[in-house]
Amino acid sequence: MLDQYKGVMAFIEQRDGHVQNVSLELLGEATRLAAKLNTFVMAVVVGKDVRHLADRLASYGADKVLIAEDDRLEKYLTEPYVQAVSQTIDQVKPNIVLFGATSIGRDLAPRVSARVHTGLTADCTGLDIDPETNLLLMTRPAFGGNIMATIICQNHRPQMSTVRPGVMRKIEPDDSRRPEVIDVSVSLDEHSFAVEILEELVETRKMVKIEDANILVSAGRGIGGSQNLPLLESLANVVNGTISGSRATIDAGWLPKDRQVGQTGKTVRPDVYFALGISGAIQHLAGMEESDFIVAVNRNPEAPMFQTADLGIVGDLHKVIPELVKLLQEEKAKNIAK
Amino acid sequence: MNIVVCIKQVPDTTEVRLDPKTGTLIREGVPSIINPDDLAGLEEAIKLKEAYGAKVTVISMGPQQATEALREAYAMGADETILLTDRAFAGADTWATSSALAGAIKGLKYDLIIAGRQAIDGDTAQVGPQIAEHLHIPSVSYVENIEQVTDDAIVLRRQFEDRYQLLKVKYPCLITTLGGMNHPRYMRISRVFDAYNNPDVIQYMTADQIDVDPANLGLNGSPTRVKKSFTKGAKTAGKVFEVDAKEGAQIIFDALKERFII
Repeated sequence: MLDQYKGVMAFIEQRDGHVQNVSLELLGEATRLAAKLNTFVMAVVVGKDVRHLADRLASYGADKVLIAEDDRLEKYLTEPYVQAVSQTIDQVKPNIVLFGATSIGRDLAPRVSARVHTGLTADCTGLDIDPETNLLLMTRPAFGGNIMATIICQNHRPQMSTVRPGVMRKIEPDDSRRPEVIDVSVSLDEHSFAVEILEELVETRKMVKIEDANILVSAGRGIGGSQNLPLLESLANVVNGTISGSRATIDAGWLPKDRQVGQTGKTVRPDVYFALGISGAIQHLAGMEESDFIVAVNRNPEAPMFQTADLGIVGDLHKVIPELVKLLQEEKAKNIAK
Repeated sequence: MNIVVCIKQVPDTTEVRLDPKTGTLIREGVPSIINPDDLAGLEEAIKLKEAYGAKVTVISMGPQQATEALREAYAMGADETILLTDRAFAGADTWATSSALAGAIKGLKYDLIIAGRQAIDGDTAQVGPQIAEHLHIPSVSYVENIEQVTDDAIVLRRQFEDRYQLLKVKYPCLITTLGGMNHPRYMRISRVFDAYNNPDVIQYMTADQIDVDPANLGLNGSPTRVKKSFTKGAKTAGKVFEVDAKEGAQIIFDALKERFII
């Protein structure tokens, strides 16, 4: 029974016809999982006039692109999308389905899992295949990130998970790849829609939520001024990090208030916290000491931050960071080449 | 209007610490609280009750200890509270949890069901939408404001990463609320006494009192299973290096690589 479910499927999230980055990351992960299972990668795209995305999805790893098009699927709405995706699953019978753990994926996937009666693991940061059972091993943080749990879904198919954005790696796109494009016939039941969009406002300036960031590149007084922020941004870019700062940088007007870490700012708990030129006042430490891995760079060897940091470099951040960015960029280039 | 609010009692994960030597979770002394997103939902329900008149029923699934959360909800202004408690529910994943809650809610009158977006101990955000699915009613998650309430529909502000939508939903429906959308009130002194002394404040429901296939409950009704759990490891004493910039960068680079950050 379970054997009839084949292939790894990624739900492609498009907003206004733009494929979201996380979806390309899912295709990269789907490609790696499919290689271990010796199977194929499917991308399912739901929307209106989305066929043109197929070649791009193939270049990022999709062998088959399933298109579910309907005028009523132009904008994301829970029920129409749940109908489209669960009907696709019923028809195609994938072994694994991945969704981005975004505000869309985390709305859609639970209802799909309940409709097709299968398990769903939320917000995974690691996926693998058990070499003995061929089951999907879904690893996720719980208890506010204090523990990790590996979840399996043994007797139901498909095996489904939402995947945290920014964790999985895209593959290097190959523009010569062409997909098999398959039209999925979905029959939408308008009767159960019951939700209507009255208004939509796309926010031009994205709200920065430093408390949600996995990696924070945090500035202190030691950066010397806002003219040196591009240096920190170059590090943030290469590690997919977000810029934050100590109170001193906010009071000086170098960074906006929503970036402030500390007792009067936000409490953060990223996987990595770069404390750059931050001496480490107790109010600042209170806001970040629970970070998983703290890297401090500071000229002053007496800075209290070195007591809290997992790794400290006594030195000039204006020299250390450019060297680090260089190393990271080289490594990235190497990984893409693989 | 009949409103059902789903709440979960959770350990305050901001108070959870790791034992630095063993790397295990220290649970002793960690206070139990009403999950913050759920508390925001309860506050919205009580606000609706005050503005339009409504009956607010609060339901929770959990062990006997969860009565504390329900008493607090009652003292805040809920009309009725229900604790769904039974060994048959133990070990439930989100599928089985939502099956049980939906089974209980089927027997209640409801126009609007409110659940918190996600619980801070599990962070799945799955139980709310799955309850709606089991009940075959529409759901809207990530609600950051209730804009308007009419006789047959509710208008909600739904948050996305890069936008928001105003959505109009007909009753009956389920919404999931974001903590921070309001400032939940404190318990009212006048209700605290009743909450803690009146034995009838809490109604109990067991598996045989709800409308659900027993095969969908507890560990056996759960499609997913925890294969293993582990901590990320004890925190070792930090190391500080006084080296030149190039070597310093290399040390950071190696540490990041070791931790699979890159």
